[in-house]
Amino acid sequence: MEIVMSIVAGILFMAATYLMLSRSLLRIIIGTGLLSHGAHLLLLTMGGLKRGAAPLLGEKASSYTDALPQALILTAIVISFGVTSFLLVLAYRAYQELGTDDMDKLRGNENHE
Amino acid sequence: MNNLVILPLIIPLITGIILMFLKDHVRLQKTVSVISFLITIGLSAALVQTVYKKGIQMHELGDWPAPFGIVLVADLFSSLLVFTASIVSFCCVLFAFRSIGKEREKFFFYAFVQFLVTGVIGAFLTGDIFNLFVFFEVMLMSSYVLIVLGGTKIQLRESIKYILVNIISSALFVIAVGYLYSVTGTLNMADLSVRISEVNQPGILTVIAILFLIVFGLKGAIFPLYFWLPGSYEAPPASVTALFGALLTKVGVYSIFRTFTLLFYHDQSFTHTIIGYMALLTIIIGAVGAIAYWDIKKILIYNIIIAVGVILYGVTLATPEGLTGAIYYLLHDMVIKGALFLLAGAMIVITGTSKIKEMGGLIKRHPLLGWMFFLAVIALAGIPPLSGFVGKLLLLQSGLETENYTFVAVLLISSLLVLYSVMKIFINCFWREPRLSAEQEKGSTKGLLYPPFMLLILSIFMGVGAEWIYPYVAEAAQTLSDPSIYIHSVLKE
Repeated sequence: MEIVMSIVAGILFMAATYLMLSRSLLRIIIGTGLLSHGAHLLLLTMGGLKRGAAPLLGEKASSYTDALPQALILTAIVISFGVTSFLLVLAYRAYQELGTDDMDKLRGNENHE
Repeated sequence: MNNLVILPLIIPLITGIILMFLKDHVRLQKTVSVISFLITIGLSAALVQTVYKKGIQMHELGDWPAPFGIVLVADLFSSLLVFTASIVSFCCVLFAFRSIGKEREKFFFYAFVQFLVTGVIGAFLTGDIFNLFVFFEVMLMSSYVLIVLGGTKIQLRESIKYILVNIISSALFVIAVGYLYSVTGTLNMADLSVRISEVNQPGILTVIAILFLIVFGLKGAIFPLYFWLPGSYEAPPASVTALFGALLTKVGVYSIFRTFTLLFYHDQSFTHTIIGYMALLTIIIGAVGAIAYWDIKKILIYNIIIAVGVILYGVTLATPEGLTGAIYYLLHDMVIKGALFLLAGAMIVITGTSKIKEMGGLIKRHPLLGWMFFLAVIALAGIPPLSGFVGKLLLLQSGLETENYTFVAVLLISSLLVLYSVMKIFINCFWREPRLSAEQEKGSTKGLLYPPFMLLILSIFMGVGAEWIYPYVAEAAQTLSDPSIYIHSVLKE
């Protein structure tokens, strides 16, 4: 199962890299979304996908899944959620002010502010 | 168990929260900021003294023992950095009082500075690798806001690039932590160190080490990963650039020091050689940029990159003297980069431009600013009575002892080029015929010169009073070069 998950995470990283190298800002932001999905799936996979009960003591199971990676992922998810919403609003604002979402046209030099 | 360790971290956090409620009361915001910084500086000084007297201090959050809970660890290296960081950020905020403007002040500027300081101090003090990631994010998110606050076109454009680079490096950080967890099964740094030395760092751990080097290299702007820095640091106002230049890249450098002296030190012939070459190329690239530009901000920004390279090479010297030199240079560089960016900010306030060729003759009406800039310049280059000298001397000495002659040559030549690049600013902006008459000047330096003056006094003290500071730094280097001291005091075996 870990093999399958690793391949899936790899495909997500591949798609994210491809999207982040494109010119449109919105595609880049979609790429960052896929990148964080890939990272979170990888974190879950690397914690081990052995079978066990959900980490709730009420389950009274003989073995549980590892609770630590789930806590890490939850933290990473809210952080990337905050950053993504900030980036989306920034992209909106930049579109209003600069009038373009083309990263090549955003490349400015000192002469025009 | 010691509450002193957590106080320098929690005071900026609480202050930031309080400042959020004082949106329209700018005077009150300033007062609260000053009081909180004075308390933080006092507490971190007490922390340095306590650690020096009694050894490594630590705080187990929630009373959970070391590998299971999160620990905050203050060894002398991190507490010295906390102390310096709080002083430098205090001076940057004092500079912002006069220069940042009502518009930004009303939109939570001081609150975000406090959160930035929280992130930086937290990153210095934490003893847990995932917690380090979280504090990185606290620091980065405040820096995103500070870089774009004001919303001018150049800020919008550069902040998009800055945020993108940092999102990618944060994702890489999460991935690296995931790999490290799957190999070792722990996140506590001391416990990680024990487990890595038990298996003697096989190939997979070296791969993870290089992944961490890439992550922290992206934060700290070392050679092939520095490309985002020159544009991003040019966009925000001077006090924010000073804050960034003095603190943000240094957190990346600190993390490289921590990971490669505490965790991944078993395969030095591979990892440390790579770090060495990256550091040398960083110095060269920085020097090329510093002499190429005729723009004050750009020159100083490339000087940050040079200093990062110089400090980073200290990791590979792996002798206590080399580490002492690198730590001394790190502390000096935080202070002097803060001072230089603030002085450059004052020059830009006067002339309204950052282009060297449009300035001239500033010393006629601003002699104090001129001579302070001159002092900062020779301190940066490492002229003997000032602070840059001691660090570079120790680095040179251990470079010669370990026969790294390339490094010695690069360091000496780069000092010359640093001196040339900043002297170019001094000669062209302060000497020559005055360009602007008293009426044409865009602003006054009223109140702007105290903060860099304080930093310069500190820098002179670090040079002249090296005998007082040296024992602290040497002790810090001792702890870094012997990981068992750190491990024993955290895990209490």
